[in-house]
Amino acid sequence: MAVVLSRAATPSQRIEPAQIAERIKEKFPEEVVEIVSFRDQVSVIVRKSRILGICRYLHDDPEISCDHLQDLTAVDYKGKKEPRFEVVYNLYSIRHRHAIRIRAQVPENDTSISSTVPVWAGVDWHERECFDMFGITFAGHPDLRRILMPEDWEGHPLRKDYPLKGYEGEQDWKEFTDVVKRSRELKDFDWQG
Amino acid sequence: MEQSEKIFETRELNVSMGPQHPATHGVLRLVLDLDGETIVKVTPYVGYLHRGIEKLGESLSYFQALPLTDRMDYVSAMSNNIGYVVAVEKLFGIEVPERAKYIRTIVGEMSRVSNHLLWLATHALDIGAMTVFLYCFRDREWILDLFEMICGARLTVTYPRIGGVRNDVPQEFLDSLWKFTDEFEARIVEYETLIDQNRIWLLRTKGIGIISGEEAVNWGMTGPTLRGSGVSYDIRKHMPYDAYDKVEFDVPIGSEGDVYDRYRCRMLEMRESIKILRQCIEQLPAGPVMATAPKFTLQPKDAMMPITHPVNEVAYVVDAKACKGCGMCLRACPAKAIAGEKKQAHKIDQALCLQCATCFVSCKFKALKIIPGGKGLSEDKLNEAAAMPMPDEIKKAGEHLVAQFEFIKKGPKVPEGDLYVATEVPKGELGFYFVSDGSGKPYRMRVRAPSFIHAGVLPRLCVGHLVADVISNIGTIDIVLGECDR
Repeated sequence: MAVVLSRAATPSQRIEPAQIAERIKEKFPEEVVEIVSFRDQVSVIVRKSRILGICRYLHDDPEISCDHLQDLTAVDYKGKKEPRFEVVYNLYSIRHRHAIRIRAQVPENDTSISSTVPVWAGVDWHERECFDMFGITFAGHPDLRRILMPEDWEGHPLRKDYPLKGYEGEQDWKEFTDVVKRSRELKDFDWQG
Repeated sequence: MEQSEKIFETRELNVSMGPQHPATHGVLRLVLDLDGETIVKVTPYVGYLHRGIEKLGESLSYFQALPLTDRMDYVSAMSNNIGYVVAVEKLFGIEVPERAKYIRTIVGEMSRVSNHLLWLATHALDIGAMTVFLYCFRDREWILDLFEMICGARLTVTYPRIGGVRNDVPQEFLDSLWKFTDEFEARIVEYETLIDQNRIWLLRTKGIGIISGEEAVNWGMTGPTLRGSGVSYDIRKHMPYDAYDKVEFDVPIGSEGDVYDRYRCRMLEMRESIKILRQCIEQLPAGPVMATAPKFTLQPKDAMMPITHPVNEVAYVVDAKACKGCGMCLRACPAKAIAGEKKQAHKIDQALCLQCATCFVSCKFKALKIIPGGKGLSEDKLNEAAAMPMPDEIKKAGEHLVAQFEFIKKGPKVPEGDLYVATEVPKGELGFYFVSDGSGKPYRMRVRAPSFIHAGVLPRLCVGHLVADVISNIGTIDIVLGECDR
């Protein structure tokens, strides 16, 4: 039979998140800015310049082996913190059952960060969403387009300076008004002629 | 003769599938590049159902954002609620009573069964097995009726609450559920006899959409979609929440990583859910269903009974002497029952009034009076009563009412920090990432939706197969577009 039942095995070589953070600091001493801990979860705040190298190290190192990227997103700290944006990577190792969070700082004047698609294939859509919602560009992404919003949408909705109900006065986006106009024209089609 | 000798030029055909297509399970649009019957390229387009739930979540307090989670995965709303409250509870740092944990495990597994039933029904229907559809809906109906019994809603339940569940479950609910577990076990076998050895079913599912375990992890797949490829990753085992560490169950995993193995995984998962349900009913401990943390959870509404109890039939009247005519209640009234000019006493139209108390809470000058038994009285009598001071009982209840309104609107004081909490919903890993800035509203609420990631894997699964296999592949990844677009 193709399908078997398995009781989940006990973790083999779990490393405490704080220790993983120390290892990253050893390996990339220049990059790590700060290590934050909250409710047993550890975040490593890093500079964005060597993010691909850090991710590759966490993915390929046999003892850490973070093969599962749980989530990638960004946070806008406008007026709260400098630099303004942080790209957040939530990593998990299915084999060793430990987790670590990487937060890469992205300043407002240069919102470009290297893409991690070569490490995790599934990050593709996450990065597209992040670009769509925050306007962070991922260098080296194979197909960086808007994903949830219409392609000709202006602005990035999840930024803190984007109003909750949209900008006043602009009820429809351009493409939609074009479609409405065109449908009105077609409605007046003269069938007799 | 000359024409047949001519070499024809062939080119790829571009077909747009969806967004209105019965087999795409929602508003998913796929642009297929075809070479004959073979698929060369697939480009999915999503976002038709985007409602900005993450942005909305930032503008609402933690209590107010809970009903939004029902609207993500509307097929298994209960699991989404549980995912949200588990994450928020960890952020608040509150402990949930045992009974509430067990009840949540029960409703979570019921939701898993109902989700898998709907998945099996539509997946089989897409491939051409009509009979399964009708049988599955019969059983799903039973579960939805049980949901209705405990919270009054069938789909958008909002039954779990931060710190526990809304109310305790009645005994007849447990009896009916026990009967369901008995009958349903025999029915799974029935469904399997319908399709398990069916030649058409096997031809349409075996060897289709193969993905290896390592690759599936790399693509971010989770849940039964990943386990079909032989990777044992189940959050209920890896990071147990609620009562999952107190019950015994197995995690079914496949070996081939094709559509058929993922189907088998889900069928076996339903059996495991039945096992969990039985254990939970047997072990269900007595006790409260809401945590005692008054700073973080909504407390029982007993103190407001003098106002809210239907026997009292209260009426809301503006005291003309105290009213300054500021217009606050006028703007707040959802029924538009309040009329009046600026700086003149307002008046409530009793025929339109919903007795919702919004005006009472919004009034800064205490000009609104609650009159018990005032419903249906004449205007003169109401005005007469409004001039008198309110009874102490009503006054006290009114203070509670205002406090409750403020608490829900502002939210509790939350420790600063960020955390990511994942739960196992029927479709995979549902994760919530919160950034808290110390206020009652999340600074950032991020939802990691399994359907979103699975929809992104579609091109990888479909390329190289035939057009008809796209349908099998959409079915097998089990997506709901409401969750995908959020």
